[in-house]
Amino acid sequence: MPRPNTYALTWRLPIIVWQLLFFIGPLLFMIAMSFFLVKNYRMIEAFEMKNWVKMFGRNYFWDSYWLTLWLATLSTIVTTLVAFPASFALAFRTSETTRRWAIFLLIIPFFTSYLVRTFSWYTILAESGVINAMLGTIGIDPITMLNTKFGTIVGYMTLTLPLVVVLQTFALANIDRNLVQAARNLGCPPWRTILTVIVPLAKTGLIVAALFCFILSFGDFVAPYYLGGSKPPTLPILIIDTTKSGQQWPRAAVVAVVMMVTLITIAFTAITLAYRKRASA
Amino acid sequence: MNARFLDWGLRGYIALVFVFIFAPIVFSMIFSFNSDRFPTIPLGSFTTKWYAAIWNDPDVWKAVRTSMIVSGCTAILATMLGFATAYTDYRYNFRFKSAYLALVLLPPTIPLIIMALAMLAWFSKIGASGEVWSIILAHTVLTAPFAMAIIRLRLNQMDASIEAAAWNLGASEWRTMREVIVPYCKPAIISALCLTAAVSFDEFAIAWFVSGLNKTVPVMILEIVQGNIDPRVNALGTFVFLTSMTLVIVAQVVLMTRKGVKG
Repeated sequence: MPRPNTYALTWRLPIIVWQLLFFIGPLLFMIAMSFFLVKNYRMIEAFEMKNWVKMFGRNYFWDSYWLTLWLATLSTIVTTLVAFPASFALAFRTSETTRRWAIFLLIIPFFTSYLVRTFSWYTILAESGVINAMLGTIGIDPITMLNTKFGTIVGYMTLTLPLVVVLQTFALANIDRNLVQAARNLGCPPWRTILTVIVPLAKTGLIVAALFCFILSFGDFVAPYYLGGSKPPTLPILIIDTTKSGQQWPRAAVVAVVMMVTLITIAFTAITLAYRKRASA
Repeated sequence: MNARFLDWGLRGYIALVFVFIFAPIVFSMIFSFNSDRFPTIPLGSFTTKWYAAIWNDPDVWKAVRTSMIVSGCTAILATMLGFATAYTDYRYNFRFKSAYLALVLLPPTIPLIIMALAMLAWFSKIGASGEVWSIILAHTVLTAPFAMAIIRLRLNQMDASIEAAAWNLGASEWRTMREVIVPYCKPAIISALCLTAAVSFDEFAIAWFVSGLNKTVPVMILEIVQGNIDPRVNALGTFVFLTSMTLVIVAQVVLMTRKGVKG
């Protein structure tokens, strides 16, 4: 390989410098910060296990941890199942043009103020909100939807559903149609074709979609705070509370590092599963 | 089973998914013109008082100004970095290239709240916290991968011999970049500018943590909704929706309509 010249380095180096300064730097500093001490509301650079011992010794930390893990898992399962029929229809049962339009429309909300959309759900799901007002007109008593797991999942799905449908649709649209046709010709019923031919063929893309859903749900604080009632808080809310009101940045850093380790473990597992070839075909 | 019946069922299902996705946007827009303090049905009377309220609020104007500066600067920086990286990936092979690409593409996969805390701590450490440009630095990290992806896809469509042809005709690498590659990538560059601006304009977690007193519009919304139900949020939200939707639509349309054009 030739030595890179000035021209090549002009294009290659800026992003390296930028990411080291403003991406890797902050993350490494945050990990270091989890070992710092706080005295009289001032942070002192140190290397102590105190924050780790303190956080790991608290029940509320573990309550938050398992709740967050459970909610993100639930969100991933529900979103994957809700999205699948739509993605399936878009990939196999609609024209190319319809599919393009659908994807065009799905990309818009993904990049459009998630915060305001969640707040809008708050008013829709409220005790006297739109849904309950509609139910009232046909004589049904108000249903409590806010401050429940249902509310939280609706919020998570506001964030994740468009993305999951898009990724699933790409995954399904790219599989070899001949294999699907072959299964049908050999008399395989539709349901079995989906489960034993289509899903395994699109496995990688489907798992990647689910992984993104998990990451986004796991790290979101808006849905569990505004729609879920935050009792107990999820890990992202714990980070905010610890940072904003408690001034305990090092303890917040402990929570953040635990989140990162959890996500890396799950991402690694998911990607291994996604790319694993089946032992025998 | 009746295949036509099933097809109609699936179409209805897609429609339901779209209703779920677009309902909050539509309701927010409707309620921004509703006179009642608590947004529900039946609707009260038509009003523009919530718009008047935000129009006459100097804090809103300040937040809009901050947001525009942040998303404008972020878009330019992120697109420049994204372009440089996409070109590097397109043209060169080098050792540790996959580590290089991972370094560039990873930020969007890290939860924003973690980035927010890390940025807050880091900027305090280097004495840059609470500034408008600290939000810009952070947002550029977050959005550059989107710019890189869009421009990389455009470069994929470029015939590799075009660049070589320009060199053979005596153009320097720099001149080829200026007169061949950049013009070819123009739709992708415009698209990247719009999309990164939209992402930055909507981002609230990092902005909330590092902005200090320089609130952006989403941070302002976040602080309003922490208080109580306030219909101003719907008016402000409608403004945010229209801005980012316009940017995302332009970002997509520019790529679609110029797809066939060879630079």
